[in-house]
Amino acid sequence: MNLLDPQGPVAAANSTILVDSVFIMLVIVVPTIFAILAFAFWFRASNPRARYQPDFVYSGRVEMVVWAIPALTVILLGGVAWIGSHQLDPAAPVPGTGSPVRIQAVSLDWKWLFIYPDQRIATVNTLTVPAGAELNFQLTSSSVMNVFFIPQLGSMIYTMNGMVTKLNLRADNEGKLQGLSAHFSGDGFPDMMFDVNVISPLAFPDWVATTAKTDAVLNEESYTKLMQQGIEKNRLTFRLDDPRLFDLIASQHIPPGPGPELLSDAGRPHSGGHDAR
Amino acid sequence: MLGKLDWSAIPFDQPIPLVAGAVVLVAILAVLIWVVVKGHLPYLWHEWITSVDHKRIGVMYILLASVMLLRGGSDAIMMRLQQAVAYQSQGYLPPEHYNQIFSAHGTIMIFFTAMPFVIGLMNLIVPLQLGVRDVAFPTLNSVGFWLTATGALLVNISLVVGEFARTGWLAFPPLSELSYSPGVGVDYYAWSLQISGVGTLVAGINLVTTVLKLRTKGMNYLRMPMFCWTTLASNLLIVAAFPILTATLAMLLLDRYLGFHFFTNEAGGNVMMFMNLIWAWGHPEVYILVLPAFGIFSEVVSTFSGKALFGYRSMVLATMAICVISFMVWLHHFFTMGAGPDVNAIFGIASMIIAIPTGVKIYNWLFTMYGGRIRFATPMLWAVGFMVTFIIGGLTGVLVAVPPADFMLHNSMFLVAHFHNVIIGGVLFGAFAGFEYWFPKAFGFRLDERWGKAAFWFTFLGFYVTFIPLYVAGMLGMTRRMQHYDVAAWRPWMFVAAAGMAVLSIGVICQIVQLVVSIRNREALRDRTGDPWDGRSLEWATSSPPPVFNFAFHPDVRGEDAYWDMKAAAQQQSLDHAAPEYHDIEMPRNSPTGFICAFFATIMGFALIWHIWWMVILGGIGAFATFVVFAWRDHDEYVIPAAEVAAIDRINLEERRSLVSMAGAL
Repeated sequence: MNLLDPQGPVAAANSTILVDSVFIMLVIVVPTIFAILAFAFWFRASNPRARYQPDFVYSGRVEMVVWAIPALTVILLGGVAWIGSHQLDPAAPVPGTGSPVRIQAVSLDWKWLFIYPDQRIATVNTLTVPAGAELNFQLTSSSVMNVFFIPQLGSMIYTMNGMVTKLNLRADNEGKLQGLSAHFSGDGFPDMMFDVNVISPLAFPDWVATTAKTDAVLNEESYTKLMQQGIEKNRLTFRLDDPRLFDLIASQHIPPGPGPELLSDAGRPHSGGHDAR
Repeated sequence: MLGKLDWSAIPFDQPIPLVAGAVVLVAILAVLIWVVVKGHLPYLWHEWITSVDHKRIGVMYILLASVMLLRGGSDAIMMRLQQAVAYQSQGYLPPEHYNQIFSAHGTIMIFFTAMPFVIGLMNLIVPLQLGVRDVAFPTLNSVGFWLTATGALLVNISLVVGEFARTGWLAFPPLSELSYSPGVGVDYYAWSLQISGVGTLVAGINLVTTVLKLRTKGMNYLRMPMFCWTTLASNLLIVAAFPILTATLAMLLLDRYLGFHFFTNEAGGNVMMFMNLIWAWGHPEVYILVLPAFGIFSEVVSTFSGKALFGYRSMVLATMAICVISFMVWLHHFFTMGAGPDVNAIFGIASMIIAIPTGVKIYNWLFTMYGGRIRFATPMLWAVGFMVTFIIGGLTGVLVAVPPADFMLHNSMFLVAHFHNVIIGGVLFGAFAGFEYWFPKAFGFRLDERWGKAAFWFTFLGFYVTFIPLYVAGMLGMTRRMQHYDVAAWRPWMFVAAAGMAVLSIGVICQIVQLVVSIRNREALRDRTGDPWDGRSLEWATSSPPPVFNFAFHPDVRGEDAYWDMKAAAQQQSLDHAAPEYHDIEMPRNSPTGFICAFFATIMGFALIWHIWWMVILGGIGAFATFVVFAWRDHDEYVIPAAEVAAIDRINLEERRSLVSMAGAL
């Protein structure tokens, strides 16, 4: 999950900007730290060779320089930020080979649901994508906020109930990556890590076909069951019954997840104390 | 009768909070019994609890902050241990407990450690630096302190009665809404911040008024010490920002208590509205904390370099620029919302612009040292340590202000390392520097230098050993608030961070030992001159500790570094030996208003959390009645006769004359 080992163009651009910005700043930060330590050491009271200049309390030239140095750095970095924000806007297209793959991601309490509306399948906690193709993500949440993040593909984004965010990514190399939620969402939050399988574009249709053979069907009913609070250890797969399921979730036609009341130990009245520990 | 409160609220099955709570309870009881048995109660009541003296209130603020620093620090130790052991396992803290700990850690460290510490130092020093006898609203000052203490008390009650929030220190909805957090944790969080928020607002109004309206003769704005300027800026931010926090939490509470829909998923609530509002307070809050620290460093660097502050006007400009711009950058806390490139870029650049005045400050301290004669007493060590550490924190801060970089680092351990880098390296180092620097002023004896230096080095090194690994973990994709994890690459860094925490703890222990050793050696460390550091501003012109009226005469200020000029003038023309004519001084009377008001506020807050409505009404009426009684008071001042003033002042004057003549003889 090393940010400096990007596996796609977005992450590569993100981490380039990250590293470049650090180096731009180091150019003034390192000399400044050096100067602090040098001045502090040289002008120590016990150094007889240091000249005491109690009246050196203003100098127009020094003032100009000390305002100019950070200002110039910020102008330079501001340019990086402006251009970078536009080029790396999460919603900006990321051209790839072959036809783009649409993926609708829903953060549930505490698992990730990935819907492939065009392939009419869905998976839980595993994301399988073809290498080289543009990946169009639409994201929402079934209940509380989360952040969708695959560190080596770059650019995280919020998932929010009743709202849809957009993110375009591309994975360049076949292999296994990991994704996670980067926004605390409750007790099961650390278990919201998911696998990302980047497979060859040729193998992708086969994977879709195999997955579509599953008996489990994802519709409003099974989705409502799935969105109950809990941790999902199995990598579930579904056939997608209604390709508009994501829109029903995002438009709140399916009401938001219920929270802790409907957990398996439901029935016990919920007082604060009981909930405490 | 007792609302939601019953025996299940006490965590009998959870040994850690129960034992911790029991130990604290026993300690508090033991102290109380000792106080009563030894007959110290009247002294405590008259001299401290009901005191409206800004110096006493400042000391109590700092005491509160120190105690809460230990509480928040224990939380930090528990978190570091958990993340060190919780690789492919649950560790020793279950999620519901771990989540409370990081929420409590953040809440306590910001609201009940950093805030009271800087407000305490401002309270203690600003009136002295301005050459006045008290703050603008002395009784209100006491009310502000006690309400802050109420908030701290409620947070700590949650340790043993019920639970604390499990939502993180800003309680983002919808997680903090009733449907996802049905327990009392969020209510503890919100009510303790509502009550202490009133206290903070009151303190802010008080200090703004003090700086704007109460300055001694000749102390115009551009002669004020830098600490007064940063106090002004910081408290203007409090006055502007804290109402936003209060309103935001009020809306959250309306959602939770009365079924409103400000931030719910359903019925048109909008979570992003909460995000915007809480950060519209939250970002200025960062500068509320760090600006006073900048002021402290300005005083310390200038005093220990034996020079006036370099580029004073530039510093004033930089301070006020930070004050204004800090209100325009809040969106950088959620670039990953998907707001679009223009919004992100504009807020990213605005955030970077704050780095300009901040950088200017660093350079001005640098040139204050240039040509100085630097004495490395403990406060100066903290100042140099701060400059180095804060630059690194600034670098990583500007880095996360670049939106594409933030898309990788948002909410990561890198971010955790960044804000600890600026809050520990900036605010905490500043608070410690101020503590070491002004302790002799408050108590009349200096702190032990050897233990002070040991505390600095352990804290300084411990900080790096703890937080550099977190930067690395963030670069390895680790996000914050993980109760457990399965990624092998993160683990070694969590071990190193835990080891760093141990070093940091040694630093804190050194600080405690320093205090104990210094109190035992206080006769040897006694400061009779009132000016142990060869200071430059007016707080050093009076005795240590200062008399209740601070100054027998209002000092006459003729320039920056008022006291330095006086000393210089005195050496040239030898002190005026004519006996000055003393006058009666009127001082505000002690008042239990603050304490009683906070007592009722505690009852009301606790009752609101547990839905005990009759008790809410009782507490509300009590608090209101206290105000009414206070408003109808007849005698709010007492007179210190001129003879007494003269007696107190002559002792101080003698000491000072002998000091000056000694210096003159050299």
